[in-house]
Amino acid sequence: MARELWKGNEAFAEAAVRAGLQAYFGYPITPQTEALEYLSARMPELGRAFLQAESELGAINMVYGAACTGARVMTSTSSPGTSLMMEGLSYIAATEVPMVLVDVVRGGPGLGTIQPSQGDYNQIVHGGGHGDYHCIVLAPSTVQEAVDQVYEIFDLAEKYRSIGVILLDGTIGQMIEPAEMPPMREIRKEIPEWAVRGGTGSNKRVLTSVHLVPEDMEVLDLRLIKKWQEVEKNEVRFTEYYMDDAKIAVVGFGTAGRIALSAVRTARALGIPVGLIRPISLSPFPYQAIKEAAAQVDHILVVEMNSGMMLEDVMKVVKDSTNVEFYGRMGGIMPFPDEILSEIQRIASGTTPSDIHPRDRWLKRMESVVDF
Amino acid sequence: MVAMDLSEMEVVYQHPHALVDMYTHFCPGCTHGVAHRLVAEVLDEMALSERTIGVASVGCSVFSYNYLNIDFVQAPHGRAPAMATGVKRVLPDHIVMTYQGDGDMISIGAGEIVAAAGRGENITVIFINNANYGMTGGQMAPTTLPGMKTSSSPNGRDVEQAGYPILACELLSTQQGASYIARRSLHDPKNIRMAKKAIRLAFETQVRGLGFSMVELLSTCPTNWHMTPVKAVKWLEEKMIPYYPLGDYKVHPTISELKV
Repeated sequence: MARELWKGNEAFAEAAVRAGLQAYFGYPITPQTEALEYLSARMPELGRAFLQAESELGAINMVYGAACTGARVMTSTSSPGTSLMMEGLSYIAATEVPMVLVDVVRGGPGLGTIQPSQGDYNQIVHGGGHGDYHCIVLAPSTVQEAVDQVYEIFDLAEKYRSIGVILLDGTIGQMIEPAEMPPMREIRKEIPEWAVRGGTGSNKRVLTSVHLVPEDMEVLDLRLIKKWQEVEKNEVRFTEYYMDDAKIAVVGFGTAGRIALSAVRTARALGIPVGLIRPISLSPFPYQAIKEAAAQVDHILVVEMNSGMMLEDVMKVVKDSTNVEFYGRMGGIMPFPDEILSEIQRIASGTTPSDIHPRDRWLKRMESVVDF
Repeated sequence: MVAMDLSEMEVVYQHPHALVDMYTHFCPGCTHGVAHRLVAEVLDEMALSERTIGVASVGCSVFSYNYLNIDFVQAPHGRAPAMATGVKRVLPDHIVMTYQGDGDMISIGAGEIVAAAGRGENITVIFINNANYGMTGGQMAPTTLPGMKTSSSPNGRDVEQAGYPILACELLSTQQGASYIARRSLHDPKNIRMAKKAIRLAFETQVRGLGFSMVELLSTCPTNWHMTPVKAVKWLEEKMIPYYPLGDYKVHPTISELKV
């Protein structure tokens, strides 16, 4: 199929349809609403389930119900809506029913802004809902990647009976760029063994997240973590640019990674040995790739559209011998390539190693950029 | 003595197939068990068990999935109507019921139930109103009567401070999408029989695709009411029914013509 111009939100919605989406439940919120609007026409046209829910609470629990029947089901929302969905996500994780959430991230906290952000990293990657659980989280940097990842993540969610999340910066949801749609898949005919369908006696199935006997709950908790080890073993994704001879590694995901790539290319043209690692699976996180890069380079520059949420994950595996720096823009502000280039040049011209946390050093530098 | 030949005898009453034969965990005098049995009898009579999916809620009602011999999912607190919607929208030929208590349905889940009724969601809701949060130890619920003492209204529900009970049937029957809304009581055999008929009509509503159906069942909670079972049924009759009048609040014309 030829490349066509697609708006990110509509593109991922169509990709989900082509992946065999059987039901979609959502609620309007900027900057993801186009996905809901698109599917409100597209799903009924194909005889599939679409419903605009009364709230994000309603939407995620409709997803929960549909997921319990083994249907391919998705919702999409943006940050404040994701906060509301956290209750449902925790229940869904405990019940081990697969589903897909696309979180089109905007600036926060609070009602925040409707401009792009990566401020949902912690609530998606490190939980957000109560209890011990993990979601599989992928982060695209282009509309094409959003299409490909949504198309793929249903399989991952079903393989591990897990929650699959696409952490989509508002940027990608709102931008229009060329993308090629994958082929239309058949709707799955077979019902997974665990799914409810109507049954009595020995065929009766109960899908629940309550286990009042603590020993039973601990068994479930341990099993979930064991299952997560498999995900960590099999599903780590990242991409590298110019890392072969790099002495400085920029680490950024999604839009921040894409902007950083422009800065890295310019820096390379200026003769600076800098490369880029762009984590694609934020959960499981590519710790090993970061660890190996840290052994090779002198400096790591983490770039994010938040205050350094992924920075903490990078720092977990980077030893003191590698200097870590951070640059972030927040609240719906995106960094320009020049800003990241300046950071690369500052680091290349020689920075003094410091015991001060990279975030604190960044905050100090921001004082000269923004009045706060 | 001559042994009776049981095989020759007609079975006139038996344990419903849709009710699991097990010990109850409910307190003595609690009417949850009666409600379970009525639902099970209706599922048997209508032969619906093989295509019914229950949605359990949070509170004492959570373990309805242990007692009813049908597939079940279990919703977060108050979200059963939303979860039921998700099930029903992908399995429209199946029968979907929620089983919810008063705190679950009309306090924390008020948004979900009103939205489901408004949409005319083709599900059946069994609503147990025992005027308190039973499982957490008898706190004030949205249905707690004015002046009624609970563990979180120790001096009696003060309507100046805590407001008035929410009247679920009256509220939901105003929704155009609602096709069968009725309030019954489980305090004596006559009313229990009437409750069963209402549950039957609620499922008949769903089977016919007529939209949202809900039966409110006034129920006892002797433990948290600090009463004997006998005193509790008397209290229900004398105190709850005047505040929560029994009756049909909305009946779709097709259902009102139905003889069951």
